[in-house]
Amino acid sequence: MNLLVALRDWVDARIPMTNTWNDHLAQYYAPKNFNVWYYFGSLAILMFVIQILTGIFLTMNYKPDAQLAFASVEYIMRDVEWGWLIRYLHSTGASFFFIVVYLHMFRGLLYGSYKKPRELLWVIGMLLYLALMAEAFMGYLLPWGQMSFWGAQVIISLFGAIPFVGEDLALWVRGDFVIADATLNRFFAFHVILIPFILAGLVFVHIIALHEVGSNNPDGIEIKKGPKGNRWRDDKPADGIPFHPYYTVKDIMGVSFFLILFCAVVFFYPEMSGWFLEKDNFIPADPLKTPEHIVPLWYFTPFYAILRAVPDKFLGVVAMGGAIVVLFLLPWLDRSPVKSIRYKGIMFKLAIAIFSVSFVALGWLGTQPATPMLTNFARLFSVLYFAFFLLMPIYSLMDKTKPEPERVNYKAH
Amino acid sequence: MSTEGVNTNRRRFLIAATAAVGAVGAGFTAVPFVVSMQPSAKAQAAGAPVEVDISKLEPGQKMTVEWRGKPVWVVYRTEQQLKDLPSLDSDLRDPNSEVAQQPEYAKNAVRSIKEQYMVLVGICTHLGCSPTYVLAGAPNQPTADWKGGFFCPCHGSRFDMAGRVSQGVPAPTNLVVPPHHYLSDTRILVGVDQGAA
Repeated sequence: MNLLVALRDWVDARIPMTNTWNDHLAQYYAPKNFNVWYYFGSLAILMFVIQILTGIFLTMNYKPDAQLAFASVEYIMRDVEWGWLIRYLHSTGASFFFIVVYLHMFRGLLYGSYKKPRELLWVIGMLLYLALMAEAFMGYLLPWGQMSFWGAQVIISLFGAIPFVGEDLALWVRGDFVIADATLNRFFAFHVILIPFILAGLVFVHIIALHEVGSNNPDGIEIKKGPKGNRWRDDKPADGIPFHPYYTVKDIMGVSFFLILFCAVVFFYPEMSGWFLEKDNFIPADPLKTPEHIVPLWYFTPFYAILRAVPDKFLGVVAMGGAIVVLFLLPWLDRSPVKSIRYKGIMFKLAIAIFSVSFVALGWLGTQPATPMLTNFARLFSVLYFAFFLLMPIYSLMDKTKPEPERVNYKAH
Repeated sequence: MSTEGVNTNRRRFLIAATAAVGAVGAGFTAVPFVVSMQPSAKAQAAGAPVEVDISKLEPGQKMTVEWRGKPVWVVYRTEQQLKDLPSLDSDLRDPNSEVAQQPEYAKNAVRSIKEQYMVLVGICTHLGCSPTYVLAGAPNQPTADWKGGFFCPCHGSRFDMAGRVSQGVPAPTNLVVPPHHYLSDTRILVGVDQGAA
């Protein structure tokens, strides 16, 4: 035993191993009143790890070549030992990653986790969301099916809507006059090297930023401003408990439950009736024929519906980009004196309800053919989506809030 | 640390100058990497012209060939379709083809060299899907008074039998007429203008 202690001390004298462990786990004091919404941060990290691991094994058999890509995915599915499992873990993982991230973001919305002093934490999180969208989009080209090809064609053409430089930019991104082998090859490089590096870096910064300001909680009050002194330390917040072992154990429980759900889908329902793997993507890419009905995967459809709702090429792209940009601005749009939905008034609660319905409705509309009636609905929900953000400085000030408590609400079980 | 006798102005200038030189160097270094993502010499050479044999095309039919990786359509327009074209002008964004989406020799009322043969790049000018050829009276016609034309399944843009875009759809311009010319009565060369080859 003494030998182990000696080894630890030897390492600690050279790199701050024990200090890092304490600062971020054993002596990082998180509010004691976390609820179920607080599972999704650690679950997002779990999904990242699953995607990286399965991705590494997929690259061992995948061929990033327009002539070979489609067949190599089928090869993985049929001939590689356990290849089907690794591929389904990765494809289902992508959708579950977005489910987890959307719930994680919605948690922030509910409890005002984007408000001062966590503005940068929110902005870094939004950058992560952007990088994740890029990662998902580029990964979706790799199977080289009909949806891969035409989805990429549409999304890269979005660049073409930028005045003056747009067409040249789209050409540069594609590396050819149409989506071609060059595009597939570079998307592979971005998907497996560049974006994962960016994601890993941003996750690191996200966690550092979180531990600098401290976690928010369902009551939206700062435990650092409350009384000091808990069971472990006199100088730490009274309402804080050490992340390890309290929340590591809680998160392991969350992970277990989540994996049951995840595996059920991976094993019994990996295509999710076309929601996780689209039917048209089982047809090899054909540059001469667009599928009758092309749609992106579900996690992009709210923004896709906004794009289609605008009957003008440039303004449509602007609206779609704007729908993501407003999310970045959230910390400065919310003027409410309280953070958590628990103490916000009826107007904010109503606004969040309308926003949630609009977002889900847009997501559904984005999967449907653009008939005139559905397009009108998409316009209505797009307006509501933007109204939630752009009117927030007004209604969040007018709203009648309840007084925040002095201490977090917590009942020992 | 003592700063006595230190010329801070000179230090600041040297730091700024070093940073500026470094930034310029980084900029120049970035050029090869950025330019390497442009279409390669091979991709550019692949734009060779394509010869199309139209002898088997019947009135009302469309055939598709691949040029530069894109679908190119040749449509044999019927008398009725040609007669309907001028009547659609009021419903179009650019009925007279003012925007340069066609070579000079196709800038006319029917947007083609020979009246009956329409040559078009089959890529929607909105976001690059390939529109569907829908005849008048077909069960999937997009409007009630459809005279035949092209309908983009992705975002609902409509084009008439000369590839001219309707008003109130997301596509901003008419479909592109590629450079082409007739080698004989039944053979078209897509990709080069008359005399350019």
